[in-house]
Amino acid sequence: MNKINSIRKDWSLIETLIAEDRKILDIGCGDGGLMEQLENNRNAITHGIELNRDLAANAIARGFNVVHGNAELDLSQYSNNSFDYVILSQTLQAMMKPKDILSELLRIGSKAIVSFPNFGHWKIRLQLLISGRMPVTESLPYTWYDTPNIHFFTIKDFLNLCNEMNIVIEKSIGLTSKGKQFDISESITGVNFFTHEAIFLLSYKNFEPIKIKSSKKVFAKNSVIAN
Amino acid sequence: MKTKFTTDTKLESEIAYFQNINLKLESGDIIDSFKLAFKTYGKLNADKTNAILVCHALTGDQYVAGNNPITGREGWWSRMVGPNKPIDTNKFFVICSNVLGGCAGSTGPKELQNGSDVAYGGNFPSVTIKDMVKAQSLLIENLNIEKLFSVIGGSMGAMQALQWAIDFPDKILNIIHIAGALKHSAQNIAFHEVGRQAIMSDPIWKNGKYFENNEVPERGLSVARMIAHITYLSENAMHRKFGRKLQSRDIISFGFDADFQVESYLRYQGKSFVERFDANSYLYLTRAMDYFDHDETFRKNIEFSHNPNNHLKYLIVSFTSDWLFPTIESKMIVNQLNSLSREVSFLEIDTDKGHDSFLLEEPQLDNVIKGFLTNNFAKIDE
Repeated sequence: MNKINSIRKDWSLIETLIAEDRKILDIGCGDGGLMEQLENNRNAITHGIELNRDLAANAIARGFNVVHGNAELDLSQYSNNSFDYVILSQTLQAMMKPKDILSELLRIGSKAIVSFPNFGHWKIRLQLLISGRMPVTESLPYTWYDTPNIHFFTIKDFLNLCNEMNIVIEKSIGLTSKGKQFDISESITGVNFFTHEAIFLLSYKNFEPIKIKSSKKVFAKNSVIAN
Repeated sequence: MKTKFTTDTKLESEIAYFQNINLKLESGDIIDSFKLAFKTYGKLNADKTNAILVCHALTGDQYVAGNNPITGREGWWSRMVGPNKPIDTNKFFVICSNVLGGCAGSTGPKELQNGSDVAYGGNFPSVTIKDMVKAQSLLIENLNIEKLFSVIGGSMGAMQALQWAIDFPDKILNIIHIAGALKHSAQNIAFHEVGRQAIMSDPIWKNGKYFENNEVPERGLSVARMIAHITYLSENAMHRKFGRKLQSRDIISFGFDADFQVESYLRYQGKSFVERFDANSYLYLTRAMDYFDHDETFRKNIEFSHNPNNHLKYLIVSFTSDWLFPTIESKMIVNQLNSLSREVSFLEIDTDKGHDSFLLEEPQLDNVIKGFLTNNFAKIDE
């Protein structure tokens, strides 16, 4: 099968984090571009949620399993551990309650993949420092009054939150504004300065499911985190 | 059991006779023999993988496309079904049958009771959506189709599609469920009850025996249709179409004539309905919808069914202005399917045309139906 060129550069990076034959939920899946890429290149079974009506309609018309809905309201319908990966690409900063979303991602999926623009990048810091106005960049192109991005955070902030929530960072990829790729975990000093965009593969710390056995079935619930 | 196929030239319809089949209904009653009137469009392919069953709504019939000889007009979904249409009959073999209890050639209250020359009337047993689907499954079986590619329906047709997913998941690959619900709501039952009361309080109805004098409870049936028709529209659509415009006059009459266009329109809807629909059928079919309830049972039925149903794909569609089967009802189905990790797609289409939107010009509906069918068919065809 011929590889489809990635429309967005983080799609191909996300792809590298995903094993073959897995079940995936793409939150904010658009018209199914990433789903298509993962079906073709990773033989994935994909599901998607999309808030925008026209994009959701296009994705459905292209044959993908897509639910037209709002991730902040509709994630609760999915059962625990029903996906191998849950992907949230470039959307966490637009969520009303990013922390709740993050814990939902890891409830539904065994692993979560989260990508976001780093507000700690030097260009952004410089803009705010020098002009004294809210920064506008290529990855954050909106003015303050009409931006969908309502929660700005830096890589440092994100790492602190993960720590607080007992989330393990399995892999982390950073991209500079020139598109140069590096491992965030290996170079934490300065990383918050140079990372333009970050992609994290997350899971829960020492996750041990409680198994409840009935006569026929084994039910698993991931409500306990053992340290 | 014997099945016989004939063609009714007057009805321009195929008829399947199921003789001595003793169809057991949900009520416990048994119909020993029955017939279903049906139409097919397109050609069944050699592997028999391209069959689609379209289920009609409350007042629909088997004439989904082409000419309807009863009304003299085009079939009820001819904008959706046909060559190069979203449900493309160049590609798919489309079957549509008049439901059990209907009045377009299938066994129903207006047909003669088995072995007698008297019509059933009020003696017809109560039928449910489950019974309709059971009868359809016998038709499909006797057409020698092992597996339907898709079952598609809006409103009461959506109820049938959902019932197919529950009762015969092993005989279908996907369903397209439009403007439906897991249950008929209290408000919907209430509207149906008003319609039935209108029919039953017409002195000509005579406990359902109006046919003995060759009469029709026209007043009652047309009022029932007028009420129902209001529920199929939306306030915005009505306002856009009629506003407060007057009908064939410049000033109000200070009387009870149809001063307003909307009144005239409803009267016309009622009058033309009487010419094509049987009052007893209307009672039975509205009742079948009222009895439809999978609110508590759907999830369990899907999760614990002895019939494998993991392979089923669902396309669920609702409309923003549909207050008869609002989006929240569709979302309940989607939620339950997602909680079971089933392959489900859902779209709420933005329109002001109300419940009837599924029969009207809605490009987004055309696109998702066409795309869903084409892409999923390509997958089985590989």
